[in-house]
Parts: sequence; structure tokens; C-alpha cells
Amino acid sequence: MDRGASTLGPRAAGTQPRSRGWKAALPFVGPLLVLVVLGFNGPILLIVNYSFSAAGTYSFVNYQELAATPVFLRVIGNTFRITVLTTFVVAVLGYILAYWITSLSERTRNIVLALVVVTFWVSVLVRTYAWIVVLGNAGLVNRTLLWAGAIDAPIAFLYNDLGVIIGMANIQMPLLILPLYAAMIKVDQRHLQAAASLGASERTIFWRVFFPQTIPALASSVMLVVILCLGFYVTPAILGGGRVPMVANMLDTYINSIPRWELASAVSIVLLLFTLALFMIYRRLDKWASGEEA
Amino acid sequence: MTGIRLDKLRKEYGTFIAVNDVDLTVNDGEFLTILGPSGSGKTTLLSLIAGLTEPTAGQMMIGGRDVTIARPQARNIGLVFQSYALFPHMTVESNVAFPLQVRGWSKDKVSAAVLRALDMVQMGSLAQRRPAQLSGGQQQRVALARALVFQPDILLLDEPLGALDKKLREELQVELRQLQRRVGITTLLVTHDQEEALSMADRVLVLNDGCVQQLATPEDAYLKPANRFVAEFLGTANIVPSTGGRQGVVRPERIRLLPSGSGGVPATVREVIYLGQSVRYHLDTPDGGRFVCLAPFVGEKHAINSAISLAWSPEDVWPLQ
Repeated sequence: MDRGASTLGPRAAGTQPRSRGWKAALPFVGPLLVLVVLGFNGPILLIVNYSFSAAGTYSFVNYQELAATPVFLRVIGNTFRITVLTTFVVAVLGYILAYWITSLSERTRNIVLALVVVTFWVSVLVRTYAWIVVLGNAGLVNRTLLWAGAIDAPIAFLYNDLGVIIGMANIQMPLLILPLYAAMIKVDQRHLQAAASLGASERTIFWRVFFPQTIPALASSVMLVVILCLGFYVTPAILGGGRVPMVANMLDTYINSIPRWELASAVSIVLLLFTLALFMIYRRLDKWASGEEA
Repeated sequence: MTGIRLDKLRKEYGTFIAVNDVDLTVNDGEFLTILGPSGSGKTTLLSLIAGLTEPTAGQMMIGGRDVTIARPQARNIGLVFQSYALFPHMTVESNVAFPLQVRGWSKDKVSAAVLRALDMVQMGSLAQRRPAQLSGGQQQRVALARALVFQPDILLLDEPLGALDKKLREELQVELRQLQRRVGITTLLVTHDQEEALSMADRVLVLNDGCVQQLATPEDAYLKPANRFVAEFLGTANIVPSTGGRQGVVRPERIRLLPSGSGGVPATVREVIYLGQSVRYHLDTPDGGRFVCLAPFVGEKHAINSAISLAWSPEDVWPLQ
């Protein structure tokens, strides 16, 4: 260490090791970088290329065809509807659940959080099929209701919007609960005590003091759920039984059934653009949630 | 009439007694400081009065009204935390308006009252700022305005100046005292800073291990401490023999330093601490006793290791129980 560098202040001291670290890390990062560029970024460019190509020339023909296809527009609309409904369910139930967890004793709280995290370890496919066992016509719920005499015929939970929303909400729930819980636990209890001493009712304390302080975290996790919902494939395919087509399922059709890869590419790019736009919003909200932009 | 009366107030956490049968009467308009080391139960006592903690036993009256089990909302108490607890997502103005809005005041009345409260603490120009954009001292003022704007019966302050630097703290002590006198509100201030406790209060309540050690005016608590704990917690105490075989306490500034051999107790200067307007001497006596003396500094100091004599008049010795 030369003495001159130490007098330049924290900023100069911080940049130097960072740039040196970058060079030192290149041999380690390099292979990974090559893999990502060749295996991921390259193919995306190929997809972009595909989506604009038609009979050997470049044009917007594929996009025009999509725009003129009522099915495509319906699927886009369907995807957004399912996404919005699922996100709404996840937000409401997840918020209540996260709030409930903060009110538990530390021991119980850890157990409940562990239960939430455990769902990450079970494959999405397994969890989706499990819903068939639970919600099917001869499933747990219907049999119980029939046995109790609450209904005469089984309720159709599956192969419709309801089934898809239940399944997707279940899978997305932890992604909302965990960041929201982290934000809730950070809310200063003294704010709530101060509000009480200032005369606010429990209801007012929640809505005017507690809830606003959790909005940034809620907004950023809602955005995350929306982004993930848009590209969901497995759950709508299984629980929707082909009757609730979403963008990812349409892609599957264009790739595997009617092989029209140039259309599939165009659909992918449309989905990618939507997702990127939402991701930018998510980044903004996430910065806001972590208090970087006061 | 909004005095406070605590009757055998007690708070236990399992086997730990945080507040041990505290009896206390605070007069209407009085400024009382609650002084004690950390863990003495002073903050618990304050949160019992505010209603944030439920007492295990005892009774609590505010202005002749039994509030022992009343919710904090029903107590009409202005509370200022050490961390200020300003709502971070609201502006200064909305923070101060909050207690009035929850009371259902009309918009015009709220904004007029908020303006008055912010002017009272000289924060009117920063009404649109967020708490994070304010300095510690400014946040403290806003917290005070919020705690006073709804004209509470009493004001509770939990180490309100603890997070501020010394100079600002001293300024705000004076301001707070003047404000309290002007508003005439019964005020309880919790602190572990003995100087703060003595300088601001009409009376000081000294707590230790959840028990009241002494309740007295600042002068009496300092010069006539009820026991050794109070004597040593409130400033520095020199323990000397007193009448009837008891021990007594002499305050450092009451001891005179005389040339060696001129009577009194012989001592050696161990340490000399220069404090600007005064000098503090740490002295050893031949029999192993230790003394601390405070002498005004007028140009001459005793050197370390020099031999001198200590003297004090008998009326400056307060006998301890």
C-alpha cells in the first residue's frame, strides 16, 4: 500500500481493488461468460432472427399474422386475465398469511416459515398433480362435500380457470410471503405504539401506519409473481387440461404440434418484451422497497 | 387537575421484578424526571403509564381517573420515544396531523392546529419534509409537536435527547423546559443522564432495581441523598466518617484543598483532570481512602504526586442511612 492512495478517500480506495479483482476473476468467470453467451444469449438472438424471417427474407409478416389471428389475441388476453386473478389471490392471501406469521411467537414463526420454504423443495410438477388428487371429481374436497351432503354433484374445480388459478397461486405463494414477511418484521413496533398513544384505533394503525410501510415490498413481490405467472407452463397445462391456454401453452403447440417455429419465435419475443417491461418496473419497485430511493 | 397517582404499581416478567410496588404522586403541571441506570425499570414504568405494558398489580390514576387497565388510546397521553417513532412514510405535517385526524377533527381545524404546533417548535418551514430528511434535533422537535398538538393531559418523554450530541442536547433541554412551563403540562421525563435529570426537573425520582430510591427536588437529591446508591449515582460522592459512627457523603466541590500540614486530612494528588472552568483532582489518603475534589481553575493547579491537605466543614457532610 502506498501512502498516496490512502489519502484519496474511500471512493478511490474502493475502485482500485474492484478493477484489480475483475481482472483476477476473468479466468474463473470467463468460461461461464462464454457458456451464457453461446448457450443463452446466442439462441435468443436466433429466436429474434427467426421471428422476423419468412420465406428467406426479413419482414414483420409473422407478427402481422399473429395480430390477425384471433386465437393469439384471445390467448394473450387469457394469459393476462389468469395472471391478474392469480396475482390478486396470491397478494391477498399471502399478505394475510405473512401478517399472521409476524404475530406468532418466535418458535412457531420459524416452524411456519420452514413450512413455507419446504414447498420450494417439492417439484412444481408433483405439486400440480397433487392438486388433481385434492380437487378432482373423485378428489378429497368433492368427496368430503358429497359425504357431508353439502352438494349433490361434484364441483368442477379442474380443467377450468379456477383450477389453474388455485394451482398457480399455490406455487407462487412463497415468492410473495417471504419478501413481504421480511418487510413486515422490519416495521418498527414503536411506530405502532406511538400511533396507539396518539389515539388511533387498531384499524387505523394497520391501514395508516403499518400497511403503507409494507406497500413497496408488496408491490415488488406482486410484480415478481406477475412476471412468473406470464410464462407459466406446467400448471395451466395440467390443471387447465388444454381448456385454459396461456402463452406458454400456445408456444408448445407452435413448436410441437403444428411445427411453425417462426410464429413460436414471434410469440416468444412478444412475451419477452412484456416481461422485460414488467421486470423494469419490478426493479424500480424493488429499489423503492429496499429504501434506496427515499 | 391532571396529576398522576401510582399506587403500589408492579410489573413482573416471570421471576424478574421490573417495577417493584412503586408509589408516586405527580402534581398537576409538574416536571418530574425519572432517573436510573439501565435496567432500573424506568422505561418499564413509563410504558406502564402510557398503557403500552400491562401492570401485574397496583393502580394508576391520571387526573383522578382510574386508567390502570385503560388502552393507550383512551389515556390522552403525549408520548415521545428516544427514537422519535415518526412515521417514515408521512411528511412532517401529516405526522403532526395524525392524532387530530384520528380524533375526527375537521380539515380546517387540523391544519390550523398543526401550523400552531409546528411554529411552537420552530419547524413550520419544514412541514413538507419527510422524517428521513431531518436532523436528529429536528425530528425530536417534530415528535414533540406531534405529542402536544392534541392537548394531552400529560407528556411522557423517554430519553428524548439521548440520541443527540451534547451541545444540541443542552440547547433542547432549555427549550423543552421553557415549552413545558409555557404549556403547563404535567411532564415525566425518563433519563439515565443525571445532569439532565437535575437540570430540568421540579422533582427527581431515582429508581434502582425497580424500587424507588428517592423522590426529591434536585437540590435535595444531590445534597441530601437518601442512601449510598443515590449519593453515588447522582454525581460523585466522597464517603467520610460522620456523626454517631455512621458514614456521610461530601460532594467534590465542598472539599477545600489546603497546603500540606495545615490541618485536615493529608492526601496525595494521584490525577489532575483539567475541565476548562474547573479542575478535578483524584486524591489518595495514607489509609487507602480515595477522594475526588472539584476546584475552580483560576490559573494554578496542584501537581501530580504533590502532598496537600483536605478540609470540609461538618455541615457539608450528609449522613447516610
